[in-house]
Amino acid sequence: MFNSLDQLFVSLKHWLVGFAPAAWQPWVSALISAAAIIGVFALLFALVTVLERKGLGRIQNRYGPNRVGPAGFLQFAADGIKALTKEDLVPRAADKVIHFLAPIVLVMPVVLAFSVLPFGRDMVAVDFDAGVLFFFAVGAAAEVAVFMAGWSSRNKYSLLGAMRAIAQMISYEVPLILSAVTVIMMVGSLSTVQIVAAQGGYAGWLPDWHVFTPWGFAGFVLFMIAATAESNRSPFDMPEGESEIIAGYFVEYSGFKFALFFLGEYFGMFAISAMAITLFLGGWHAPFEALVWIPSWAWFFLKLMAIIFTFIWIRGTVPRLRIDQLMNFAWKFMLPMALINLVAAAVWHFMPTGLARWLVGVALVVGPYLLLGRGLMQNQNVGKRIYRYAD
Amino acid sequence: MLGEGIIKGMAETARNFLGSYVSDERLTTVQYPEERIPQTENARQFPFLVHDGEDWHKGLRCVACQICEKECPPKCIYIEKSKDKKPDYVGKPQFYPAVFDIDLAVCMSCQICVEVCPFDAIKMNIEYELSTADRFGGLLVNKQQLARPNAYFHKIHPTEAAEVDARLAAEKAKANAKAKAAAAAATKTAAAPPATEAATK
Repeated sequence: MFNSLDQLFVSLKHWLVGFAPAAWQPWVSALISAAAIIGVFALLFALVTVLERKGLGRIQNRYGPNRVGPAGFLQFAADGIKALTKEDLVPRAADKVIHFLAPIVLVMPVVLAFSVLPFGRDMVAVDFDAGVLFFFAVGAAAEVAVFMAGWSSRNKYSLLGAMRAIAQMISYEVPLILSAVTVIMMVGSLSTVQIVAAQGGYAGWLPDWHVFTPWGFAGFVLFMIAATAESNRSPFDMPEGESEIIAGYFVEYSGFKFALFFLGEYFGMFAISAMAITLFLGGWHAPFEALVWIPSWAWFFLKLMAIIFTFIWIRGTVPRLRIDQLMNFAWKFMLPMALINLVAAAVWHFMPTGLARWLVGVALVVGPYLLLGRGLMQNQNVGKRIYRYAD
Repeated sequence: MLGEGIIKGMAETARNFLGSYVSDERLTTVQYPEERIPQTENARQFPFLVHDGEDWHKGLRCVACQICEKECPPKCIYIEKSKDKKPDYVGKPQFYPAVFDIDLAVCMSCQICVEVCPFDAIKMNIEYELSTADRFGGLLVNKQQLARPNAYFHKIHPTEAAEVDARLAAEKAKANAKAKAAAAAATKTAAAPPATEAATK
């Protein structure tokens, strides 16, 4: 019973693939995987847009959308129809081909990134030996799309937004990958499936997830901060910056192309959250041994929803950073912290198990955190604001 | 310490998030079509014409003096005076508006028409759901659509309506007294024509 539920989608796929002639089977298998990924995550996107608006509303003591469908959950359909029926404007001065291609170039690599993520036991579209590398390589392609959009629109706001986006994404790409490298170091593999398998055990009441080690916790936090910046979400939403540069690189996009950008951003967020789960939160493994009977894919999506909720929560809390604050944070805190974390991981790896390992590991993470944090806060005048002429 | 403020802020937003499900006083939103905020007595949206009695046409207080038409800043009122006369609330024959149209699209709810009306014939309504699917005919509100009974006026602006009624009653009483006096004088003159003749001489 447990096995059949856990392997429900895997057996369903095998059953469907069985209908195809033997020569076609690999293609049919890939097609079914791709269709399932796109279908499931498009639905999740629709759900999350509504949930996000409702959550942000609740954070601001409002209701949020509650009109279309039961409790407002069909709002995405209304939004989609609206986006589809809108006029598709292309500026006369725009580079039309690139302007058209940019949203497609944004969405395609993001969807490709899903192919290496294990969504459950045996549920991975492609088990790459270099899955993590592929994921980050493909994720970096989003930057090209963003700059294509900003440049081809021939609009100063678009260009400013695109330049900010490039500066931000490249700056945060470094700590993002460096914090992921710790996991690769410890597991000794770039394959996402093997990284998840390495976190499968249970030590006492804690599972063997990387997040429950000092270096893993620091890595997870660094990874999530960098992921927020990578997916252009608040407080790192400067490329969009509605109040500063209108909507940044998609000022000149309307209708369905805008919806595609929106979709691409959310898909990016899901992909990077799924990567965080894979690297640090034990992938599809249950948090307690007693809860193993719940299907693996259910655990994966529960974790995914938890991370998405945190993203929404942070969006509802933190105001947008200034570009210099963002750069300071990336290069003066995130990068040194990620490098020190590599050392912490190495020390953890070579020290014998025991209390000493924990103490050294925690000290290697917390000490630099406090020092770097103090350094970062020092230059800031966070005291009471003094007005020269008012009062 | 770095990150302290973010933790504090997140605690605050979490309190808001959970609190909005628990306590109703946090959610100040009024779910409009289902619930409405009761309007204040001095609320005003768009003018209406007051009529006394049941028959809106007979009871209309408006005498087509066209002061409101002239005073209206955006010129949204259009009045055509009648050729004949009909008795007003005192019984005195008066003109009445053959046509009285207000353009809803032009009206700016300034209440100047109400303030200049010497007959208390035009007042402000509190109805605010005035949109229509017909943007030409539907937005030109005619006499019949504007007419509301005095009882309605009492319902929406009780203080003002009571004051207006008292004033009108006083005027009517005064007019009645005057008429009675005039009638009495007329009977007196009829009874003693020589005396008046003598007096005029």
